[in-house]
Amino acid sequence: MQVPADLKYSKSHEWVKSENDGTVTVGITSHAQELLGDMVFIELPEVGRTLKQKEECAVAESVKAAADVYAPISGEIVAVNSPLVDAPEKINEDAFSAWLFKMKPSNPSELDGLLSAAAYTELVENEEH
Amino acid sequence: MLKTTPLNQTHRDMNAKMVDFGGWDMPLHYGSQLDEHHKVRQDAGMFDVSHMLSVDVKGHNVRGFLRRLVANNVDKLTIPGKALYSCMLTPQGGIIDDLIIYFLSETWFRIVVNAGTADKDVAWMQKQRDDYAVDLEITPRRDLAMIAVQGPNARTKVWQVIAGSQVATEALKQFQSVEVGPYFIARTGYTGEDGFEIILPAAEAPKFWQALHAVGVVPAGLGARDTLRLEAGMNLYGQDMDETKHPMESGLAWTVDLKADRDFIGKQVLSDTPVTHHLVGLVLLDRGVLRSHQQVVMQRDGVEHQGEITSGGFSPTMNQSIALARVPTAVSVGDEVDVVVRDKKLRAKVVKYPFVRNGKVLV
Repeated sequence: MQVPADLKYSKSHEWVKSENDGTVTVGITSHAQELLGDMVFIELPEVGRTLKQKEECAVAESVKAAADVYAPISGEIVAVNSPLVDAPEKINEDAFSAWLFKMKPSNPSELDGLLSAAAYTELVENEEH
Repeated sequence: MLKTTPLNQTHRDMNAKMVDFGGWDMPLHYGSQLDEHHKVRQDAGMFDVSHMLSVDVKGHNVRGFLRRLVANNVDKLTIPGKALYSCMLTPQGGIIDDLIIYFLSETWFRIVVNAGTADKDVAWMQKQRDDYAVDLEITPRRDLAMIAVQGPNARTKVWQVIAGSQVATEALKQFQSVEVGPYFIARTGYTGEDGFEIILPAAEAPKFWQALHAVGVVPAGLGARDTLRLEAGMNLYGQDMDETKHPMESGLAWTVDLKADRDFIGKQVLSDTPVTHHLVGLVLLDRGVLRSHQQVVMQRDGVEHQGEITSGGFSPTMNQSIALARVPTAVSVGDEVDVVVRDKKLRAKVVKYPFVRNGKVLV
C-alpha cells in the first residue's frame, strides 16, 4: 500500500500536505480510492468557505458509491482543483497528486493531531483484519 | 461463512476484489469495473453467475404446472430449447422472483432463478406442487456452474473454445438454447449485448473459464454486470421489484399474459388492481450520480408527484448518470423531474429505456 511518509493523514482517509506558504493541500488516500473503485464524480467546496475540522466539504463518487470528504483541519478553503471535476479518474491514477482543495488553517495545532504515515498504515491494516 | 462458486479460487488467482453478495463470495471487479464494462460493450467479457440456481422440473405435464406457477404463458414455448422470461407471483400479485424458463421437452423444463431468492423459490415451487398434488420432480442443480459470455465477439470466442459449438449454435436466435456435450448453451444475457449463458458441470468450470480467457475474453465482475444491465434497462430483483410490487408497476407488463384463458397465481389481483405507478428511465441533466432510493419529484398544475429511484448509477457508455425510477403514471416520457441528491435538487429527464443496446446509445 502506498502511504507517502511526508504527508499527514486523517482517520477518514484524507491526506494532508503542509506547504511552505502555511496552507495545506488535501486529497483522498490511495487506500480510499481503492475501496471506492473507479471515480466518476467529484464535488468540490467553494473557495472562501470556512470549515470546522471534520465538517463534510466535498463528495467523491465512484461507480459503486458516494463518499463524503471531510475537512481534516479547521480553516478556510483557498483553492480547489477544478480540472479534477472533469477528470475524476485522476484520483484512481495517482491519489496523492490529484489534490482536491487547499486550506488556510485557522488552528495550525490541529495538524499535530493528524496521523503519521506509520499510524495511518496501521489504521488501514487493522481495518482490513 | 460465505457460499462460494466453483470458480472462487480462479477469481482469487486473477486478483479479483471479492465481496459478500447476498451471502456469496463473488468478484466485484478484477481491477477496473469501467474497463470491464467497455470490454463487454466492445468485445467480449465473461461473468461467473454460478450463484444463480438452475432448477430442473421433470415429470409428465410440467407445462400444466408452469401455466399456473408463472405470470408469462409457457404455451409460447413451442420449440424445444426455447426460453421465456417471466415473473413468479404471490397470490397478491407481488413478485417472488423473475426467472428464465427453458423448454427442453414436455417432461423436462429448466428454470434459472436468482441467487438471493433461490431457497425461497424452490420452497414455493415445491409447495405449489404438493398443494396441487402434481407428480413432479423439482431438483435444484447446485452441481452446475453458469458462465455468461457477453459482447459483440462473445459467440465467436465461445466457438473457438467449445469444439462443434459453432455448428450447433450459429442458428440459435435470442432466447433459444441447445445442449452441446456437457454444455447447455443459451443465447441469453443480462448486458444488452449478444452472447451466451452457458450452464456446465461445476468441475468443468475453471478449465472452461481459463480457455475463454486464453482466447481473449476478459473476466468481468458484479460491478460491470450492474452498470451493463442498468444501461440495458433490465430489472434487478430486490431493487427494481420485490414481493411488495407487482409486474405492472415494475416495467414488466410485457411479461404478463392476462388475455389467455389460463389461471395463474396472482392473476385475479393483477386483473383487478388499477396501475398507479410505472417504471421509467431517467437521464441526469445536471452533474452528479443518481442512486437507488433517491426521491423523484415533479410539480404539475399545482400537484406534486413523488416517486423513487429503484436503480441508479453512472453509465460508462453514456458518460452520465442514469436511473430506473418508479413514479406515478402522471409522470411520463419527455417530462423533466427533480431528484433529491443530498441537500440539492438535480434536474433529470424522463426517457424510455433501454438506454443502451448492442453498443448503441438509444436515448
